[in-house]
Amino acid sequence: MIRIACPFCGLRDETEFAYRGDATVSRPPADAPIEDFHDYVYRRANPRGWHVEWWHHAGGCRQFLKVVRHTMTHAVHSVGLASSTQVVPPE
Amino acid sequence: MTQGFRTQTGGRIDRSQTLAFRFDGRSYAGHPGDTLASALLANGVRLVGRSFKLHRPRGIFSAGAEEPNALAELRGGARREPNTRMTTAELYDGLEAASQNRWPSLRWDLLSLNGLIAPLLSAGFYYKTFMWPAAFWEKVYEPLIRRSAGLGRAAREPDPDRYDAVQAHCDVLVVGSGAAGLAAARVAGAAGARVTLCEQDFALGGGLLSAPAHGAWREATLAALAAMPDVTILPRTTVFGYYDHNVVGAVERVADHLAQPPPHTPRQRYWTIRARSIVLATGAHERLIAFPDNDRPGIMLAGAAETYASRFGVRAGSRALLFANNDAAYASLFALQDAGIAVAGVVDPRTESAGAEAARARGITVWADSQVTGASGGTALVGARVARRGAGGGDTLVVADLLCVSGGHSPAVQLASQGRTPLEWSEALAAHVPGPATLDQHSAGAANGVLGFAEAAADGARAGAAAARAAAADIPLPGAGDAAYGLLPFWEADVPGKAFVDLQDDVTANDIRLAHREGYKHIEHAKRYTTHTMGTDQGKSGGLVGAAVLAAARGERVQDVGLPTFRPFTSPVTWGAIAGPHIGQQFAPTRLTALYDWHVRRGAEFMDAGQWLRPAFYPIPADADAWASVLREARAVRKTVGICDVSTLGKIDVQGADSAAFLDRLYTNTFSTLPVGRARYGLMLREDGIVFDDGTTSRLATDHFFVTTTTANAGPVMAHMEFHLQTCWPELDVQLASVSDQWAGMSIAGPKARATIGKIVQDLDLSDAAFPFMAVGDGSVRGCPVRVLRISFSGEQAYEIMTPAGYAETVWTAVLEAGEEYAITPYGLEALGLLRIEKGHVAGSELNGQTTAADLGLGRMVKKRGDFVGRALSQRPGLTDPDRPVLVGIRPATRHDRLRAGAHLVTPGSTESLGWITSVTRAVELEGWIGLAMLRGGAARQGSRMQAAFPMLDETVEVEITSPHFVDAENLRVRG
Ligand SMILES: [Zn+2]
Repeated sequence: MIRIACPFCGLRDETEFAYRGDATVSRPPADAPIEDFHDYVYRRANPRGWHVEWWHHAGGCRQFLKVVRHTMTHAVHSVGLASSTQVVPPE
Repeated sequence: MTQGFRTQTGGRIDRSQTLAFRFDGRSYAGHPGDTLASALLANGVRLVGRSFKLHRPRGIFSAGAEEPNALAELRGGARREPNTRMTTAELYDGLEAASQNRWPSLRWDLLSLNGLIAPLLSAGFYYKTFMWPAAFWEKVYEPLIRRSAGLGRAAREPDPDRYDAVQAHCDVLVVGSGAAGLAAARVAGAAGARVTLCEQDFALGGGLLSAPAHGAWREATLAALAAMPDVTILPRTTVFGYYDHNVVGAVERVADHLAQPPPHTPRQRYWTIRARSIVLATGAHERLIAFPDNDRPGIMLAGAAETYASRFGVRAGSRALLFANNDAAYASLFALQDAGIAVAGVVDPRTESAGAEAARARGITVWADSQVTGASGGTALVGARVARRGAGGGDTLVVADLLCVSGGHSPAVQLASQGRTPLEWSEALAAHVPGPATLDQHSAGAANGVLGFAEAAADGARAGAAAARAAAADIPLPGAGDAAYGLLPFWEADVPGKAFVDLQDDVTANDIRLAHREGYKHIEHAKRYTTHTMGTDQGKSGGLVGAAVLAAARGERVQDVGLPTFRPFTSPVTWGAIAGPHIGQQFAPTRLTALYDWHVRRGAEFMDAGQWLRPAFYPIPADADAWASVLREARAVRKTVGICDVSTLGKIDVQGADSAAFLDRLYTNTFSTLPVGRARYGLMLREDGIVFDDGTTSRLATDHFFVTTTTANAGPVMAHMEFHLQTCWPELDVQLASVSDQWAGMSIAGPKARATIGKIVQDLDLSDAAFPFMAVGDGSVRGCPVRVLRISFSGEQAYEIMTPAGYAETVWTAVLEAGEEYAITPYGLEALGLLRIEKGHVAGSELNGQTTAADLGLGRMVKKRGDFVGRALSQRPGLTDPDRPVLVGIRPATRHDRLRAGAHLVTPGSTESLGWITSVTRAVELEGWIGLAMLRGGAARQGSRMQAAFPMLDETVEVEITSPHFVDAENLRVRG
């Protein structure tokens, strides 16, 4: 079980959160071609290593947090607000 | 009952008290402090089980959690627990145990003939012998295997005991209470850390319990720990798994040492412990040596025999022979000698050693540079054959009823490895030791490859200080002993025969070599092909031996072959502990609406709707069956008026200047054009273009909306809104609040709906002109605030009244009284479903995660201008294909035929499914069954006939394809 330090609520168990996937993709503008929406919904890098992703604190403050997690070790490097820019550490 | 093998003095048992117990129906006696295994040995019982596959006779092999052989069914009836290790089961008065895996009796086991057909049961036997013909699996092979090769029998009755779950936090978790663990806990505790110490044994001390010389240090250390208020000690607690972020799982056996738990006490507690730092002082497991018939009862790990003598005052045999490749095992033998066991000698593959010197000084014969080449005896050992290594000459039969084996000691690195610590190879131990940890984790003592009490305690003190982030405290350490170890790696006697590397799974060294020859050369493949290390003991004493045999076959070093991945659980955990209190009604939360008590009083039959408990229908004595109730309720709605509790609908309050723009982006509809005081049916897509949810959204003010969702999607829609608001459009001024539980809701539907509520709704003009279809307004009922929505799911004139949950029953009762003259009828979920199918409204069976708005006939609700979630991808060719299945209605051509949801729609003579029935019901508006279906070319097929095939019941019904709107397609009634 991984533990995530919510900026609002403190260090909490994974079971309080819902995973919402890759936070490096963002919704295309309304006038973007359909291919951009396809990539937004379906294309993922699936890295082995650090990954910026959305975790919804569904059992807490209801905020979508940006979490930098290592996909192999599950180590969490940093947690920030949805509006934050998260820096991915070197491998 | 005599305990002929009990010593007169010594050990940690209380000879002043006697405990009576039964094994396979016979009565025996033991003492407090015994395990079932030690008590059986004290009574001279040597044969305790039959092996899993070959039904070979087996005895007690170890004195701890690593036991492969001595598994028993403990207790009886609903408390019968199979596969209990006798070596860890604490003896109590009245204990009942039975051996497993034998038929008809332990001594006379007919299935031991399996031993004669052993060639059929070699490595990969499941995959080879039983492959063909396939039909034989179900009818012949599987019953045969199950009868002959099962382990114990689980209880068939529900478990009468309770299991608790505990959530815990600590600064330092210490696993193991041997010399290293105790020292670590004391140092960490002295540094002020909040410490939890878990020990799987019922007694604290680990190896110290078998070392009387260190008894005083153990006592003093335990006393020091007891004086520290922030140190929690949990005996009988096995840490079985090390998970991410220093979270571990442990099971505390609160009452397993009693016949049944005392009142208000659970049998076990499942601990989830979050530790800032973890000290793993889990000790080491002694290894077996592979030699022919090394599984005979009377063959035992050397350290185990010492434990029985020193801790339990039990002689595990009368005449002991030691087969060992290290000096530590000699100390075990000397302890046996001191306990009064005759010593036949030592067989040592090494040419010279400190241990051999010491043995000879005690007058013990040592066969150096030698090996054991076989064991004699069936259900009890009578002797072992000894020969010089490599020499072609004959062997000597040495008479012994106890053969102590020690192939070295493997640090118990299972938890460290689960905790992401890489393993390194120790030449001195010929075993894996933990490398540098990546988590805040510190291995100590034998688990860290440090042998000897004094050395282990010093290592534990170091680890405890590191874990507590403190300078090493100055604590007393045990006196130093003899540190000689001098191990010579020796895995297998080089003679032919059935030499086991895994006693529990009956895996021999030859099985490993066979797996290798057949291409299963990777350790993970060889493991699965042979089942090596896959038993309840997880290969604790033979895992590395099997790896060494594989390494030899591959021509590589053991350390280059590696070990299979260690995973939880390191020891068996009962399902009861894992389930904990989450069983039966407590498996998931049950949600009740504010009107639940009324439904109960009214005699409702309830049904599950997700976590909600909702009335299915309200039977009355005149109803012949459930359908009679449902049809009666639905007819009341069509003819006069009915009332239904719809409080489970998801409700979201949306406020803020940009609320309308926000909803425009989430729904296919446009809400910015919705006037205040009006509601609109809304459709929401997922970003991939598939329909997500539907519901009604009301505009209460320019900047205030009230959104309802389906019951099932209340949570997901809220999360969907939050995601888009927070991550896509944070610039919007919108606030969201889930108010599902705050508002109760009731639907009043039928031609007399307005006549009914018009009598009681105050402060709101319900006249058609002032309050037309899709109007919304606030009023009051008997002083309770209400929000009235003129919306319909049934197709009839209908209103939903929302009221703060605390007023629900007052308002509901007022409606019932007002409707009395029209015989207002409460209706449940079944009638609700019937009515919506008649009206052709879609619900969960149609909003199934595969359908588009156009598929459901809702294409007109998708706006042509402006962006919204799902807009772009809903235009993909695959989703706009005109040949996609679309919503249609279904009636049986013969009216009394029954329809079934899930039936496939085919044309006569064809087996190609063109669609499927999604929802069915008996109707009240028309005769017989009706249904909704998704059908290719559905629009063109309306009016035609097809066949609805339901192969599971071998049923085919001729059906008519119709419009999905069976009732009032022009939508006149809702406006009436
Ligand atoms: Zn939070």
